[in-house]
Amino acid sequence: MNAAHKMANDREVLREIWDGRIPVCFQLDSSEVNGLQAPDPYYLMVPRLSYFPLVTDKVRRHFQRYIHPAKHDSEMWMDFNGQPLKWHYPIGVLYDLYIPEISLPWSITVHFEKFPESELLHCPSREAVESYFMSCIKEADVLKHRSQVVSNMQKKDHNQLWLGLQNDKFDQFWAVNRKLMEVGNDETFKYIPFRLYQGDEPFVQRLVKPVTEEGQRKTLYHFLQEIYAENASKVKVLTHGVEPPPDTPLQWMSEHLSYPDNFLHLCIAF
Amino acid sequence: MADSPDTTADAPEGVKSQEPTSERDQDSLASEPISIAGLADSPSKTNKQKIDILLKATGNAPIMKTKKWAVDKDKRIGWIIEFIKKYLKLERSESLFLYVNQAFAPAPDQLVRNLYDCYGSDGKLVLHYCKSQAWG
Repeated sequence: MNAAHKMANDREVLREIWDGRIPVCFQLDSSEVNGLQAPDPYYLMVPRLSYFPLVTDKVRRHFQRYIHPAKHDSEMWMDFNGQPLKWHYPIGVLYDLYIPEISLPWSITVHFEKFPESELLHCPSREAVESYFMSCIKEADVLKHRSQVVSNMQKKDHNQLWLGLQNDKFDQFWAVNRKLMEVGNDETFKYIPFRLYQGDEPFVQRLVKPVTEEGQRKTLYHFLQEIYAENASKVKVLTHGVEPPPDTPLQWMSEHLSYPDNFLHLCIAF
Repeated sequence: MADSPDTTADAPEGVKSQEPTSERDQDSLASEPISIAGLADSPSKTNKQKIDILLKATGNAPIMKTKKWAVDKDKRIGWIIEFIKKYLKLERSESLFLYVNQAFAPAPDQLVRNLYDCYGSDGKLVLHYCKSQAWG
């Protein structure tokens, strides 16, 4: 395959990942229904790469009429099978985490009462999502380029990343994001930004270089060996709903399979 | 940086100011599983491992008399924010922002362990705090 071909195919990977959608059936917690009539469920196709607060305004409006008026302005939160869903995890990560328990459409319960303070962060506004998202991008750039790309960007570039994600505009987002993913010829990122998720445990971050000490490019399997030592061969890695082959180059994964926050989010099962 | 010898400041349980230690674990997850820690102060199921956190004031934030604190790796960033607010006697409603590498603000549920493993060295993690958003 020639280089131009390869690049065209790689761009298709970015596009496929961007277009990932999950069908969700939202239902109001029956104990929070005020009055005799329970609301219909609300169905939505949600982008895997987005965050729930960015796509659930309509869900909120749909259920608001059915709850106690005193609760109209309280913060909406959601659970799946009794497990509160963290708004600051990308939707696709939450889905991949609970995939063994999910049948489609993904059935999610909506709440306006009893916010689980010890398990969820508050999300007072879209700005909270924006500042969390931008902070992740900055952290990833610290790891990849010692912070140099993101700090040389202008405010309008930062806005374009955020608006591209928020409005589901692939071209708008990637026009800026490609600068964050750029490496020179035969060069790599300094470290690979990643987060590893395993069940209900907090995610794990480590410093991992994309090349070995001998200068060889690492594969996903090298990476798993570095983290899990002799257990590496037992580890199953899931991201964007697929299991990347163990010989996938780590640098390529970072450039093509990272979420918009520039981190690889890998769900781990044994 | 001079450490205050005073360890009796109103430090919430679990934090002690102390001399620097130089232990740095190189264990892989396989031999040392991470604990299942709740967002709040749930006790760790693994042996307690502490690192030193160096807290530096930025902008208009008041300076802390004791800057170096030994903190469990299983603590969350939100817990450190609450600790600083308590130490500085800030109102609960006042904001306090914590930054790593003077570049980004970790989420309140981020583990000290993860930040130390990526951005710390020699048993020490430097965090900048301020009362308004500084780097982002």
